[in-house]
Amino acid sequence: MAESRKRKYDEAALRTLTRDDLEALEIGAGILGTGGGGNPYQGKLLALEALKAGYEMKILATDAIEADALCMSIGGIGAPVVGVERIREGREGLRCLTAMEELIRTPVDAIVCEEIGGANSMSPLVTAALGGLPILDCDGMGRAFPEMQMTTFSIYGHSSTPSVMCDLHGNAVIFSHAVSEVWHERMARACVVAQGGGAMLATAPMQAHFVHQFAIPRSYTKAIALGEAVIRARRQQEDPIAAVCDLEGGRRIFNGKITDLKRHLRGGFAVGDLELAGFDGWTGETASVAIQNEFLIFRRNGVVEVTVPDLIVLLDVDTGYPITTEMLRYGQRVAVIAIPCHDLLRSAAALEVVGPSAFGYPDIAFSPLPKAA
Amino acid sequence: MKRIGIDVGGTNTDAVLVDGERILAAIKVPTTQDVLSGVKAALSHVINAPAAAGIAVDAVMIGTTHFTNAVVERARLERVAAIRVALPTGRSLPPMCDWPRDLYNAVDPMIVMVHGGHEYDGSPLVPMNPDEIRDAAMRIRDAGITSIAISATFSPLTTECEVRAAEIVRSVIPDAKITLSHTLGRIGLLERENVAILNAALQSLGKTTVQAFADALSEIGVTAPFYLTQNDGTVALADVAAANPVHSFASGPTNSMRGAAFLTGLENAMVVDVGGTTSDIGCLIGGFPREANNIVHIGGVRTLFRMPDLLPIALGGGTIINPENGAIGPRSVGYRILTEAKVFGGSTLTTSDIAVAAGIVEMGDRDRVKGLDAGLVRATLARISEMVADNFDRMKTSAEDVPLIAVGGGAFLIPDKVPGASEVVRVENAGVANALGAAMAQVSGEVDQVFSGMSRDAALAAAETGARNAAVASGAAVDSLKTLEIEDIPIAYLPGGARRVRVRVIGDIAFG
Repeated sequence: MAESRKRKYDEAALRTLTRDDLEALEIGAGILGTGGGGNPYQGKLLALEALKAGYEMKILATDAIEADALCMSIGGIGAPVVGVERIREGREGLRCLTAMEELIRTPVDAIVCEEIGGANSMSPLVTAALGGLPILDCDGMGRAFPEMQMTTFSIYGHSSTPSVMCDLHGNAVIFSHAVSEVWHERMARACVVAQGGGAMLATAPMQAHFVHQFAIPRSYTKAIALGEAVIRARRQQEDPIAAVCDLEGGRRIFNGKITDLKRHLRGGFAVGDLELAGFDGWTGETASVAIQNEFLIFRRNGVVEVTVPDLIVLLDVDTGYPITTEMLRYGQRVAVIAIPCHDLLRSAAALEVVGPSAFGYPDIAFSPLPKAA
Repeated sequence: MKRIGIDVGGTNTDAVLVDGERILAAIKVPTTQDVLSGVKAALSHVINAPAAAGIAVDAVMIGTTHFTNAVVERARLERVAAIRVALPTGRSLPPMCDWPRDLYNAVDPMIVMVHGGHEYDGSPLVPMNPDEIRDAAMRIRDAGITSIAISATFSPLTTECEVRAAEIVRSVIPDAKITLSHTLGRIGLLERENVAILNAALQSLGKTTVQAFADALSEIGVTAPFYLTQNDGTVALADVAAANPVHSFASGPTNSMRGAAFLTGLENAMVVDVGGTTSDIGCLIGGFPREANNIVHIGGVRTLFRMPDLLPIALGGGTIINPENGAIGPRSVGYRILTEAKVFGGSTLTTSDIAVAAGIVEMGDRDRVKGLDAGLVRATLARISEMVADNFDRMKTSAEDVPLIAVGGGAFLIPDKVPGASEVVRVENAGVANALGAAMAQVSGEVDQVFSGMSRDAALAAAETGARNAAVASGAAVDSLKTLEIEDIPIAYLPGGARRVRVRVIGDIAFG
């Protein structure tokens, strides 16, 4: 299909990612993962191997491509625990791209990231690199969420089918139509179990003007800047947590030590509750965090202070490195920071899908964090 | 039961001789460049101590930094072949793809990826092809490599592929030294494989080191079996340990904490081990250090070793005090304290000088710190107290007060009252807690696996049985086994109640 492909952007607008960018992205994507999204480390290795092999990763602003350009969103689907053992073959995303182009009989112009938080920040880069396409500097979540219908693309009316799902064996499954986004999620989830617990999924391509309007903007630039801030602060022995807050309009809302941790399974998700006892400026106070793959609800002294979709991030209090829900352990010393989510996640339509009630907290109303001036 | 414990540290080599729970002799000697002459000196001191006359030693436990040093120095490593049975998974991330270049070159690996491995539920990923492995084995043989690491997807769950691959390799290379990843690591293929490859690269060193210790012991006249201390505070018979050098990477801090538990009889307490440059604060649970759940880098290689969860603070007996403003550290005179500290005739003001001036401890020449400003001494001690209290609180996991055990050469710096501590416990012989910890070590067994298609209780029971069997295989007495830790984590997005279960059991060494 390559011969019929016409470039719909100005090459001068591309930013080519370096090794250092990927190192920073690993940390930044971990922060935006709000505890979930899987570990970006393996994805970073895959991206580094692609760089070593001579491929290039180029990001492009959403307004730097023609409005009718076709943009395909892609991400990994599956259980993170399976992913640490059953490592990607490496070309799953590329096979999704090829299968999609064959299915719709049209070349794709650019790749879009489904979820910037966690492991899914990296795999679209590899797909774009191997496919020789740019990747748009945006994503569908601005953080991590556990399910596919929770993208701004789905929320604002894009139907994610027909979609293509490819595993490491070379199997390709096409979902030609789902009556709703939730049905798509349900079918894909069943399919990935049959595929051994991990696969890549590409959703129906969108036109660039839709992406420009409804994607969370500048996701890669932001994530890389976050990672750079942590790395720089550590190198200069400054406070990495303050650096993160400065950059994203976040606030440190608690310093505490994990005093209790309960985990259980509910409907296939890792659900849990975390209790914290404060130190530094929070000595004598307690806090709790409710978890469903990601950190969802933060309470201080029993009172709800921050809720999904605003970002609740736990960082190692000394290093500033993000802590995922699997890494949680009694006695860990963490800083909790709250970052306001993008306005696209705060509309009534969005809150229906990604607000507290969507996660089983109908009694908790979303009260938006004030944005930094 | 008479045992000798030896701990080889960066600065000192410590040895103790114990009879049951009684300490008969203890010594601290400088660690020597060749390690062995220091060990011999320490050994012969405790063996020839008056209290040791006529005593037959039953066992010798040695904690050594030999293997860590080899990895860190990129020296004394041997060439390795790494076989991964996992294709088509991981094709784009070959073994050792994230190793530091210099270490990669030092190991100079031959890397082979073949088809096979399993899924999370124990079903085969793709069939393993014996011919592929036989071909690889012949190439490895022709290259003259004899140390081989074998890994396979989900091998902690289903060992079949690794075991079968090893049989095939051995049929081609009968004298092969083979490390199977499932025997060393847990879930997490890249990290487990890294450990297996490090282990393979240390095979020759493991053998020569254990042989050298054996020679040293027989030169001194000790014929008792000897053990090497392990990362988790237990010991393994020297021959077993020689085959698994990676298990002896981090015994020092673990031994210290175990020694603190033994010296005080406290099983649940906090421990602060004050050295010359830094102090480590850790937490004892059931007599063992609480372990950190983090990625651990060894010589730049990513692993999932469980190491004691320690909070290091820049406070030691040699920590330098700024005489102008009283600022504490973070720099230290370290092992030069005996020449540079004021009380020893030097010109640098250290925490030890402050302690001597305040009358907390006696060492060197007290007259040399007589002129110190009383206000500076008081303020510095107050700040040290604050540092200890703050970091102690950071490591504490319960709101109730817990005892704090102070060990190590600089233990005098720990104040008698620490907020949140029910008491500060000091003991005799605190300086050789690490050697004592080695001497008193037990044997452990562990299982870390994904279980699916069974109830939580059944999964926990299966894991516990597996861990008990592993402990007995490592030399534990069955009737002394006790379960130290049970941890289970449900796995998201999978059916069949899949959960990852980890169980660790511990027992006394079965002698005879």
